[in-house]
Amino acid sequence: MIEIFQILLTESFWAASLRIATPLIFGVLGALICEKSGVLNLGIEGIFVAGAMAGWMAVWLGAGLWGGVVVAALAGGFFGLIHAILTVPLGLSQHVSGLGVTLFATSVSYFSYRTALPNVSSPPRIEPFRPLEIPILSELPFIGTILFQQTALTWLALFMVGLVWYVMNRTGLGVAIKAVGDNPNSVDAQGLSVYGIRIGAIVVGSALMALGGAFLTMSAFDAFFFGMVNGRGWICIALVIFASWKPGKALLGALLFGAFDALQVRMQTEVGAKVPSQVFLAAPYVLSIVALVIAARRAEYPRALLTPWFKGQR
Amino acid sequence: MIRVEPRNANSAIFSYGVPILSAFVALILASIPLWLAGAPVLISYVEMAKGVFGSKFAFSEMLTRATPLMFTGLAAALAFRAKLWNIGAEGQLYLGAIAAVAIGTGYIEAPAFILLPLIIAFGCAAGSVGMVVPAILKTRYGADEVVTTLLLNFIIIIFLQYMLEGPLKDPMGLGWPQSSPILDQGMLPPLMERMRVHSGLIIAIVCALIAQFMLARSVWGFKLRAVGENVFAARHAGIKVNRTILGAAAISGALAGMAGVSEVAGLKGYLTSDLSPGFGYAGIIVAMLAGLSPIGVVISALFIASVFVGADSMSRAMSVSSYLADLVVSTSLLCVLIGGFFSRFKLVRAKLEGKN
Repeated sequence: MIEIFQILLTESFWAASLRIATPLIFGVLGALICEKSGVLNLGIEGIFVAGAMAGWMAVWLGAGLWGGVVVAALAGGFFGLIHAILTVPLGLSQHVSGLGVTLFATSVSYFSYRTALPNVSSPPRIEPFRPLEIPILSELPFIGTILFQQTALTWLALFMVGLVWYVMNRTGLGVAIKAVGDNPNSVDAQGLSVYGIRIGAIVVGSALMALGGAFLTMSAFDAFFFGMVNGRGWICIALVIFASWKPGKALLGALLFGAFDALQVRMQTEVGAKVPSQVFLAAPYVLSIVALVIAARRAEYPRALLTPWFKGQR
Repeated sequence: MIRVEPRNANSAIFSYGVPILSAFVALILASIPLWLAGAPVLISYVEMAKGVFGSKFAFSEMLTRATPLMFTGLAAALAFRAKLWNIGAEGQLYLGAIAAVAIGTGYIEAPAFILLPLIIAFGCAAGSVGMVVPAILKTRYGADEVVTTLLLNFIIIIFLQYMLEGPLKDPMGLGWPQSSPILDQGMLPPLMERMRVHSGLIIAIVCALIAQFMLARSVWGFKLRAVGENVFAARHAGIKVNRTILGAAAISGALAGMAGVSEVAGLKGYLTSDLSPGFGYAGIIVAMLAGLSPIGVVISALFIASVFVGADSMSRAMSVSSYLADLVVSTSLLCVLIGGFFSRFKLVRAKLEGKN
């Protein structure tokens, strides 16, 4: 037990927690926007892969880092648009369409990567985002060091939490998005386009998810690997239920998850000899299931989630 | 204005035509990535066809690849019929395979007529557990089975790595993380000499026939379809919904477990952590392409297997990435989804004055 407290007191542990949480923050926010509009987006796992590949590829081909971020977001928006067309105007099964988008986005990414780089033994590297120095904040003890080690993408993720909260709770657009997810007929009666709002929410949400992927290749690592997303998208789908579709709780959930993951890596080195390493490897997935089971009972799903809506049919 | 209207009757032309058309469209669309990759498109298609129909061996390889896809396709089709989203066939496949090698590598010494049924029974039971657990989490706690089965896939693969480095590790395996070989009398007999296709294929087809019959004719099948079509109506009619879902979960998991048994005891002989190149996920596509019909699963598994085997051999000949196969297969899923929409709805141009 003492070891755990010692770990909890180190700055590097909290810095790592925030780093691990960053892609999840993007992913949970993206899933939150989609689901608030009434559409489950299981394309998330593939969109992560697409964002990771596209962002990395753009930088590797000579774009700037922020150019890569934009390309990743566009790639995510593109695959989100496919999901949106299939599930909103066509009203097809959101489960199957989402899985289809995941498989499609993953295979497009892998195929593009292999076609661009047919015979590489080790993945080529790019110059990733460097830690960002914030003049006064990084001088602070403890907190300063934790934030000091983060890259611009982590800052972008934190900013997005605030932005999504603001848009969802303080703007008419947010009211409209929540309304199409709860009661699309009421939105239609007001003369707003249910299709338009849902499609827009899915595209924007998917672009955010892709930034989570881009963080992996452009900040956490400096290259693209097959299988590097490794279920992070699915974890976000569990976390958004745990966060009851609230941006602030989404941040909290992602941070808790990051802290747990950072802790298990450090525990592994402490007690690695006694416990098989796989126990620690499996822990994040087990934790997600546990969180889901705890949250599921009291979860208040958006009322029109999974329900297609057709104009002119009541 | 364009409006969406349901079609009156779901005609046979659509239910057979849509999947076939989708498969063709996906194959034709593959010319785009082929062209982008700089390969001569027509020759690539010829190479792909040769990879499946070019020789007796090539064809038998396709059948070998179709076998696990039939099992995972059936697993998805039966669960999806009950609107139980089993996305965990990949993990359940590995549970089946783990059970098969745990029983079959010498733990029990018995003649084939005892050992083989035991391996199958334990493999199916293990796969079954892998789906019943998330089904209980769904019926008891309301935890979405999509997320739990997806996450379980990762947990089971980590468990598999532990088993292959620990309890199931082959002491003669030169340090590789692989299991000992299954005893000869525990192996599913091959169907043809010098070919890899094995009797798992026969079991898969028999399973599909039984599933087709049960789904269409039995009370169990009726309940399963009723729960899938309208859970409130089913409950109102006195069907025990949770029990039906758990039953569907058990059968679905068992079929996915059987895919693992068939791969390990029919083809490979021993277990490694790369036994399945995503058969569990591909099974979902197989099931959707089949319109969730068990007999259809057999046919669509043959198609998907042809794409994989054909694209594999084409990619060797033309040096195009073999991920093309995944691209074609996932495109066919998206096509069949869109096609499914047009078989259920039609677009009509709404009359201007008729708008109310």
